[in-house]
Amino acid sequence: MSVMQGSLFNHPPSRVGGERVEHADHPDPNLWIFGFWIFLASDLVLFASLFATYAVLHTHIANGPSARQIFDVTGFTAETLFLLTSSFTCGLATWSMRRGQQGWLKAWLVVTLIFGLLFIGFEVDEFATNSMKGYGMSTSAFLSAFYTLVGTHGCHVSLGICWMVAILIQVFRLGITEVTARKVFVVSLYWHFLDVVWVFIFTVVYLTGVMG
Amino acid sequence: MSMMEEKVPGHTGRSEGGNWPWMHIIGFVISILLTLIALRLVLAHAMGPAGLFVTIMVLAVLQILVQLFFFMHILEGGGPRWHLWMLTLGFIFVFTIIAGSIWIMTFGAESY
Repeated sequence: MSVMQGSLFNHPPSRVGGERVEHADHPDPNLWIFGFWIFLASDLVLFASLFATYAVLHTHIANGPSARQIFDVTGFTAETLFLLTSSFTCGLATWSMRRGQQGWLKAWLVVTLIFGLLFIGFEVDEFATNSMKGYGMSTSAFLSAFYTLVGTHGCHVSLGICWMVAILIQVFRLGITEVTARKVFVVSLYWHFLDVVWVFIFTVVYLTGVMG
Repeated sequence: MSMMEEKVPGHTGRSEGGNWPWMHIIGFVISILLTLIALRLVLAHAMGPAGLFVTIMVLAVLQILVQLFFFMHILEGGGPRWHLWMLTLGFIFVFTIIAGSIWIMTFGAESY
């Protein structure tokens, strides 16, 4: 296992001169992770403003459909279960990584990606179906706010999928090293964060929408 | 695996030493249950709109706590927990923006 030999990026230790030298300007991996928490907090503020917009505008349906008319219970429940499951399998990936099980780490990341893609597939289908019926973004203030909020989350998930594929390639090439371990941990934090945001979308947008 | 634990960030070595990720499994089961309970209550119109909304929001907050504690490991790691302060600040901003927007827009709601 490369981490045991003290080598990063497949350099022999003698040429690199040890990890401390290579990472002299970034001594503490926890600092990187704290930096990512700062990003998550600011991203939370972005979603807060979109939620606030939706909360204010969701009754303004103009001549368009109401939330109750366009929300499909089966569809959004499936999306929710897919994302919850992917968050769980992403947690299992981190858990396997900490035990040094590289094979399981890769397997769980792939499972996470599959559930993420299923989620995106259902969401694209929902958006496409509604647009086909003429319920586009410009139909009403409610739909503008809805597409912006849910679409921004969907963009985050899509970006997360690309990012996770990139990290997966690094794990395949380099194995579990100090650097790849940190990257897997950070991408898993991002993934759980997207699940947190979705739980609120599920509750505030979808459940409240079909309620009344 | 003691060397591995030092290399992997956020690890303290005190959680989940066994062969099964029990904390993750428990967290997953709880989150699925909370989701289905919320869905069931809404579809069955179990209570009045205001009561129902408060209930599903409470269920959502519980769900978030499950994510934070069981999956995001916010209480792990040595040293000062600066990320908890960051997270708290984030939630204060979220509350201010959402509650403030709803409140301010109740004035003159008929004119827009």
